[in-house]
Amino acid sequence: MEPGNEPLIKFDKVVKKFGDNVVLDGLDLDVNAGERVTLIGPSGSGKTTILRLLMTLEHVNGGTIWVGGKPFSHMYRGDQLVPANEKYLREHRKTIGMVFQQFNLFPNMTVRKNVTEGPVHSLGVPKEEASERAVELLEMVGLADKIDAHPTQLSGGQQQRVAIARALAMRPEILLLDEVTSALDPELVAGVLDVLREIARGTDITMLCVTHEMGFARDVSDRVFMFDAGRIAESGPPEQIFGDPREDRTKSFLKAVLEHE
Amino acid sequence: MVWDMEFTRLLLPALLTGLWVTVQATVLGYALALVLGLVLAIVRRAPVVGAIVFVITEFIRTTPVLVQLVFIFSLSALSDVSPLTIGIVVLGVHYSTYTAEVYRSGIEGVAKGQWEACRALSLPPHRVWGAVVLPQAIRKVIPALGNYLIALFKDTPLLFAISVPEMLSVAKGMGGDHFRYFEAFTLVGAAFLLVAVPSAVVIRRLERRYAAV
Repeated sequence: MEPGNEPLIKFDKVVKKFGDNVVLDGLDLDVNAGERVTLIGPSGSGKTTILRLLMTLEHVNGGTIWVGGKPFSHMYRGDQLVPANEKYLREHRKTIGMVFQQFNLFPNMTVRKNVTEGPVHSLGVPKEEASERAVELLEMVGLADKIDAHPTQLSGGQQQRVAIARALAMRPEILLLDEVTSALDPELVAGVLDVLREIARGTDITMLCVTHEMGFARDVSDRVFMFDAGRIAESGPPEQIFGDPREDRTKSFLKAVLEHE
Repeated sequence: MVWDMEFTRLLLPALLTGLWVTVQATVLGYALALVLGLVLAIVRRAPVVGAIVFVITEFIRTTPVLVQLVFIFSLSALSDVSPLTIGIVVLGVHYSTYTAEVYRSGIEGVAKGQWEACRALSLPPHRVWGAVVLPQAIRKVIPALGNYLIALFKDTPLLFAISVPEMLSVAKGMGGDHFRYFEAFTLVGAAFLLVAVPSAVVIRRLERRYAAV
């Protein structure tokens, strides 16, 4: 492979099991730098597991994940690849940010503290600077006036926008979005998706989204991956996946989802 | 039997000195229980060391504190550690095995997503514990911890057995000197009520305040 053409994220025959349940069965997946990728498919098909492996919330049972041309799930000891230890993971996952379905804001901290906690204590950014950046990010998500509020005082949609600001405050190269609108009341979904569209437009962050919002997937994705039972059933540009799906599995899934909408 | 006011006047200052010893034992013992219990709760999560610590704490928790007091006291008979110090340490260690359980339930009550968010931000362990997990865990268990303060306070008369001059031993001594136990022990009971009832009210209030969030 030519240097420079290397994918930013590379799953190489990745296996993930929970007990006897094989969630990912030798998965190969490449994502290029700056690419916006959407993962769709029925629940239990392994989409979320991919994000959780990248955030190191889960660990692979087989195969290797590479990020930026370096081993990620593993590390070199001599020239042997061995499972990465906690120290290595902490250092390398700093380039990755994640937004969760349930927001997971820290309820004991103000919005400002939520957004500055990571930069200050994990990246060593001076407090002042982190605080200024927090203001900018909260302006971007339309919540500058809530900077001193506590998460419990915010609506679900507002909490999720704070969570997006918190993830961006780490200046990630890769942003993982795990069903970020699934826990929201329907009328709050649009506000969150608008923020994400703006991020997609205004930055070159590589994005991996697991979503059931097909309209959003169509708008922002460069590529869509259709998952089924731990494998990629089909992948391609959104026009093709949504306009002219080739696999029966994709057709029936889209039919079910779009009918529901 | 008629209440002897003369003797009461004589008794009160001595009982107050005894109460002061009781309060010292309670406050210092409880402080030790709070700190050590937290350490135990965290250490118990470690793989191997945690299992060892678990066995030791279970042993301490399931043997009577009176036996522990007398045992440690007899071991240290030749040293010049004061009985009060021994009492504070033994009560503190004993109660730390209870507070450890309380902290543990609080820590387990912190949502999994909070740990995951910490990981996603690559927070160092001292922030994960100090800024995220413990503030949330402790807030939830403040009422339960408060109940152990009262329980420990009510256990302080056991220090009588190792000759600590707390209220009960003062009362017994003076009651014996004057052949009047009635006033002496009644006043000890009253003093315990006087401290325990307001404490219980405060704890009830904390309970309401923190349970609401």
